[in-house]
Amino acid sequence: MRTILSIGVDAVSYGMVLFMISIGLSIMMGLMRVVNLAHGAFAMIGGYLASYALRAMGLPYAVAILIAVVGTIAISIPFEVLLYRRIYRKSDALTQLLLTIGITFFVIGIVNFVFGPTLKSIPLPPALSGPLDIGFRMVPTHRMFVIACGAVTALALWFLLDKTEFGVRLRAAVDNGDMAEALGIRTEMLYSATFALAVGLAAFGGVVGAELLPIEPFYALRYMVTFLVVVSVGGAGSIAGALSASLLLGLADTTGKYLAPEFGEFFFYLAVIVIVFLFPHGLLGRAH
Amino acid sequence: MGKPVKLLSALAALGLLSTAASADVIKVGVIGTMSGPYALFGKNFKMGIDAWVAENGAKVGEHQVEFIYRDEESPNPAKSKALAQELLVKDKVQYLAGLYFTPDAMAVAPLLEEAKTPLVVMNAATSAIVEKSPYIVRTSFTMWQNTVPAAKVAKANGSKKVAIAVSDYGPGIDAETAFRKTFEAEGGSVAEAIRMPLNTTDFSPIMQRIKDSGADTIFTFLPAGPPTLGFVKAYIDNGLKAAGVKLMSTGDVVTEPDLPNIGDSGIGILSTYHYAVSHASPENKAFLDQLVKGGGKLDEVTMTSVAAYDGARLIYKMIEATNGQRDPEKALAAVKGLKWVSPRGPVSIDPATRHIRQNVYLREVAKQDGKLINKEIQTFDAQPDWAMSAN
Repeated sequence: MRTILSIGVDAVSYGMVLFMISIGLSIMMGLMRVVNLAHGAFAMIGGYLASYALRAMGLPYAVAILIAVVGTIAISIPFEVLLYRRIYRKSDALTQLLLTIGITFFVIGIVNFVFGPTLKSIPLPPALSGPLDIGFRMVPTHRMFVIACGAVTALALWFLLDKTEFGVRLRAAVDNGDMAEALGIRTEMLYSATFALAVGLAAFGGVVGAELLPIEPFYALRYMVTFLVVVSVGGAGSIAGALSASLLLGLADTTGKYLAPEFGEFFFYLAVIVIVFLFPHGLLGRAH
Repeated sequence: MGKPVKLLSALAALGLLSTAASADVIKVGVIGTMSGPYALFGKNFKMGIDAWVAENGAKVGEHQVEFIYRDEESPNPAKSKALAQELLVKDKVQYLAGLYFTPDAMAVAPLLEEAKTPLVVMNAATSAIVEKSPYIVRTSFTMWQNTVPAAKVAKANGSKKVAIAVSDYGPGIDAETAFRKTFEAEGGSVAEAIRMPLNTTDFSPIMQRIKDSGADTIFTFLPAGPPTLGFVKAYIDNGLKAAGVKLMSTGDVVTEPDLPNIGDSGIGILSTYHYAVSHASPENKAFLDQLVKGGGKLDEVTMTSVAAYDGARLIYKMIEATNGQRDPEKALAAVKGLKWVSPRGPVSIDPATRHIRQNVYLREVAKQDGKLINKEIQTFDAQPDWAMSAN
């Protein structure tokens, strides 16, 4: 029983990190039909900004997160205006892949040049570092924080997309862009706002998840497959889908690591194969 | 390189000047991790070699020495072999050097005899590498060399039941075998042995498993680089340090550039290694001064710089002994049994195994002048590669 609870805590925290980073990608793929391979690159930029704010400028953790999110969105604006705007919805998959993978390599090169090739840590404030006793075992305090962040992100997104005017318009634009435009919805603005939201979420996840997925120049490529897998397993565009996929995959991966670490990521991909076999459109995705 | 030199070397490459011993260029191909997550160690290869060249000049006798660097960012045997082939065939290098990862060194080994080219291994630490070719000599260390003292220290410090967690590749398996053999011979027992895939970043489940095994000590090896920090942090944050579970490792896990990231909670972690940047000796001081003079940063110095520095010494010695000719037997004979005082302490090349024999130090992470260092607290004299030599 203790073992199961132990695995549970680690699985949920890992799953939440996957969720926070992947949800932005899921929204973009579901709503704008852009397979954004540069999503991990934006998460990485967020991590670097936070690391710089904390280590070089000595700012508090919360401020660093804010700088990371706002800064990454600011950095992404030229990309959005000059590049992404051309590939929303209409362009073919190959163009999207080539463009976004190009951006990824571009970001890797710049980051490597500016910050150097070594791992960049994101020092935690005393309140979040060190072990925390949760009764049956000690867990890193930070993991509890990650779980909380993930839960808040999921709730906030659900509220934003399901309960607000913005969400209504967005869903309308997604379902039938031409009709929405004819009805006076400015789809271009909506898409830009959603892009900023996705990038901001990536940056937030990158910073908060840096203990589990460390920030280094090849981060953008190293974890890209994982993020894509979460989206495809969950079903693009679905918050509940991304959340359940992240938790399931986190559980498969953590259980595997705990019981048979020498198998590496075998259990992670085994879970992917089984789920995709049973749910070809992802757990909660819709056929397009 | 000026035009006349280039022309001469081109002629030499054609064999027209192969008998002339004067004014030629001897090329040394260095394969290292110059980019990617392990780039710091490739940079250290260069820093170490540059330091040697700065102190001893770029000439051996009449022969100009030129180092050519090639980038191998990850454990990728096929690419390493291709790089080595390119260096041998296209650049006509007379010596090969470098190699951070074992699989990469293994892939290069079969080329050496055919190409009559000695290889100086400057990091890769699996014992078996030197068996792959008689033309290999190593100036870094082996896992057995550093791990056997670690097991002895663990036993002496009262550990009874140990959990071993190593990276799942050549050196990791060497480390596991070496620790298990030594520790059990001394009367200890192994509660758990975990092999972690090289790309693991989340160590929390592994820590929990170790805790459940009831071990009083963890022995670990991971190649120096990004994952080691995560491992040490997981050890502290999952409460194992607070619960009194001791951590024993080879120095790879606490390389100096990582210490600031581990922070004060790392104070007291023990490791055994052949080189600490804080090593107190005039040779080390001169070496570090030279690194800094050459543009290196003290915070970035790792063990690969000293291995490269000593490796360059061997290459110079081999060039001198063969008077610049391609004669690997004579070159190797010249360095077998060679003794000198390295920045890491007194060392020698074991004539039987072509491994470096050196002191291994027990170190403790400590704070000195506000900076975290590996403080040497005990010396194991002239350790051989325990996998191949009985003493």
